Amino acid sequence: MSGINDFAFKMGTVNGTGSASANSLLMQAIFRMGIPVSGKNVFPSNIQGLPTWYEIRVSADGYTARPEALDLVVAMNPSTYARDVAAVRPGGYLLYDSSWPMDDELDRDGITVLGVPLGKMCVESFTGDRERTLLRNIAYVGVLAALLDMDMDVIGEMLREKFSKKKSLLDANFRAIGLGLDYAKANFTCPLPFKLQRMNATTDHILIEGNAASALGCVYAGATVGAWYPITPATSLMESFKEFCQRFRVDKATGEKKFCIVQAEDELAAAGIVIGAGWAGARAFTPTAGPGISLMQEFVGLAYYTEIPAVFFDVQRTGPSTGMPTRTQQADLFSLAYASHGDTKHIVLFPANPEECFYLAVQAFDLAERFQTPVFVALDLDIGMNDWMCRRLTWDDAYRPDRGKVLGAEELEKIKKFSRYLDVDGDGIAARTLPGVHPKGAYFTRGSGHDKHGAYTEDSDDYREVMDRLAHKLATAALAVPAPEIIRTPGAEAGIVSLGGCHAAVQEAVHRLAAQGIGLDYMRVRAFPFGREVAEFLESHERCFVVEQNRDAQLRSLLTIETGVPRDRMTSVLDYGGLPLTAGYVVHAVTSHLAGVSA
Amino acid sequence: MTSIAKPPVVHPGLQRNALGLTKRDYEGFMSTLCAGCGHDSVTAAIVQCFFELDVPPHRAAKMSGIGCSSKTTAYFLKPSHGFNTVHGRMPAVATGANAANQTLTYIGISGDGDTLSIGLGQFCHTIRRNVNMLYVLENNGVYGLTKGQFSASADVGSKSKRGEANAQQPIDPVQLALTLGATFVARAFSGDKAQLVPLLKAGLLHKGFALIDVISPCVTFNDHEGSTKSYRFTREHAHEVSAVGLVPLKREISAPEPDASGMISVTMHDGSTVRFRSVNDAYDPTDRDAAIGHVRAFQKRGEVVTGLLYIAEGSPDMHEQNHTVSGALTDVPYEALCPGSAALDALQEEYR
Repeated sequence: MSGINDFAFKMGTVNGTGSASANSLLMQAIFRMGIPVSGKNVFPSNIQGLPTWYEIRVSADGYTARPEALDLVVAMNPSTYARDVAAVRPGGYLLYDSSWPMDDELDRDGITVLGVPLGKMCVESFTGDRERTLLRNIAYVGVLAALLDMDMDVIGEMLREKFSKKKSLLDANFRAIGLGLDYAKANFTCPLPFKLQRMNATTDHILIEGNAASALGCVYAGATVGAWYPITPATSLMESFKEFCQRFRVDKATGEKKFCIVQAEDELAAAGIVIGAGWAGARAFTPTAGPGISLMQEFVGLAYYTEIPAVFFDVQRTGPSTGMPTRTQQADLFSLAYASHGDTKHIVLFPANPEECFYLAVQAFDLAERFQTPVFVALDLDIGMNDWMCRRLTWDDAYRPDRGKVLGAEELEKIKKFSRYLDVDGDGIAARTLPGVHPKGAYFTRGSGHDKHGAYTEDSDDYREVMDRLAHKLATAALAVPAPEIIRTPGAEAGIVSLGGCHAAVQEAVHRLAAQGIGLDYMRVRAFPFGREVAEFLESHERCFVVEQNRDAQLRSLLTIETGVPRDRMTSVLDYGGLPLTAGYVVHAVTSHLAGVSA
Repeated sequence: MTSIAKPPVVHPGLQRNALGLTKRDYEGFMSTLCAGCGHDSVTAAIVQCFFELDVPPHRAAKMSGIGCSSKTTAYFLKPSHGFNTVHGRMPAVATGANAANQTLTYIGISGDGDTLSIGLGQFCHTIRRNVNMLYVLENNGVYGLTKGQFSASADVGSKSKRGEANAQQPIDPVQLALTLGATFVARAFSGDKAQLVPLLKAGLLHKGFALIDVISPCVTFNDHEGSTKSYRFTREHAHEVSAVGLVPLKREISAPEPDASGMISVTMHDGSTVRFRSVNDAYDPTDRDAAIGHVRAFQKRGEVVTGLLYIAEGSPDMHEQNHTVSGALTDVPYEALCPGSAALDALQEEYR
């Protein structure tokens, strides 16, 4: 790191002061310069007044995992000066607002400190507290533009797009940028040794957060009913769905909506609404996070047992309990895989990035309807709420939803008797009917014990017959869910397994390890229940590292339970502090283990 | 909830409705409730109501939670889809089903445990959303399936079968619904079918959430001396404030001409008319504040007010609030839902 188009920096600010828009402006400007970039928002569970950071990594090679070292830290929040000074890598730079002098004690050898009186300049140049506060952020963008050699045309273009209808704001923003830019050019050697240089590597890409991409997937899948209870970090999924629907699903002439979003009283109700809608034949979904998943457990069991399609997005955050709501984790794997009481098992999909969120969201609805069962899409906060650079999304207009086995009026007219839970085809999937379609299709849906005809039962054999078919159905589903992504390295000495948001870091780690002469075959699990390829990969490697973001090695346990591969053949690499995984963490864990084994 | 089918014998002389169906076509499986259970009378009234309203059975959806009352959806409208959900959570499932397909006739059956304890939140919020459904609360003051614990509707001082007096204040679904803004609130007694059937009909025709709290005694656990939810107590203390004469659109001619004095007519969503005969004073069921006052006054005297207590036609239901397309969302073709590849390409220009 630390060269042209290969460095990382972060801004330490106060939340609620408008720094978020300054930071996205920075990231977007770099992206528009054609340079691969990623941003991680490390924010508090708070509305205003607490410290917040935004980390930006620039990587000509296209690596998007969280950076391990920071070449430059922008310290805009006096209350975190000490932490921000400490965060700079040796030889790096600290930029701070010298309107609030820094205690001499914080001075550190080996870093360069750049002071800019941003607050003072903004007070002198602008009127009104709010304007001064907001523009102070834009002013540091100006300083960074000079230090990093940012393309001012790009920044100008973005400001004009953003404030096209607010001339006064546009002018103020330009002036604020100018304040920072001019000060830096007059007082510092610009640019710094690490800087930006135009590339052409982002043309086929977009910047999007996973929640928005998932919501878009719901729109394209044809979902019409969305139910939810607001919860961080899943909220923006439904808000995005609403925005997309306002745009694409409102009849221009009549104003009528081809969707129905219900903000429920709690997550229990949200799950119930989704199940009711699925029962009635709509594609329905709910976005939530761990606490919501806990509340939905009872309903998930109902959907599993009564065989009703339902899609749940779990944007995982740090648990248990309220935990750290604005930090990321992958600790809901157990809660999802076997959600609810009794014998249950569910389809869970693990997108690695927003791009995959879009496609897996669509597939989630197809799988839910085909297998008539709940499907979870397990995101995490990092994927859900951070803007990721992704390949442009594409859509095949020939796509039509897989509605599964649904008997229509004509088919029902022809049959003698409809039995809801009868396995006619031997794949474990029985045909269903929708209410209101035909008198012959009527049946009684019940979460109580039922036989293959849907009738109430307390008979052991009748009960077991349905339960065994459900097991068979989920086994069939294991063959239909997305296969793992396997990347082999010739001469690999071990395997490495991971999932979801860890992918970016693990992929980078695999490359770095290969450069050190440590070859690893990499398997990224994309779905539960695991298909045959997952077991085969584990069986064919004497040792596998299993990288995941939770304390208890939940993925490794699931792999052991479901594939029978002994637990001691899998070495866990666990990162559960709540921040996105770094490649360095994985590299260190793998090399330490190998060194220990050889010693 | 064993499913015992009734013998498929139909007397040739049975009356047929406009669809050519007999009342038998609106029945369900044999009830497995205790002999004399108030709920079975409610079931019979529901059968009559759907039969007389000519509702095609397969166009109705029966929703319920868990408990004795919730079991009864199996005992009527066999040719309808039914959904026996989880305890206290039927309102959410009904909301979802209605969100997907608003063209079905939704009837929800619940009990006092299901609605007023475990499901109180969902009940309240479904009223708030004004989901278009008839919600029948079969209220007996006890948990039957778990053998006689007090429910949240038990009155202070009402005695359990073992002689224990309830000390906690009851939650009155009628007062609750009135204060929450419900657009149709009624109370009935399972033992008075003549009153119950027209109320059920009016509730079904009401566009929006219609609550009928039916005092439906539990013969096994709450029908003894000292109980305020017994047959005897209810008969002695029930006071009807307004009787309903429903004049469905299709049958306007055959409806008897009511007495003109003190009559209030309300035109329902489908054009039929509900007429109220004020039994008590000059009761006005379109005045929410007066209704609340009335219910409270009766309650203070230890009496149970019955009849149509409040009605507000014309309040927007969930879909009208949402401006959803008319018809069922499930009938909107996929092609009208998916924006397509060109729109996706255009949209992504904003993500750069």
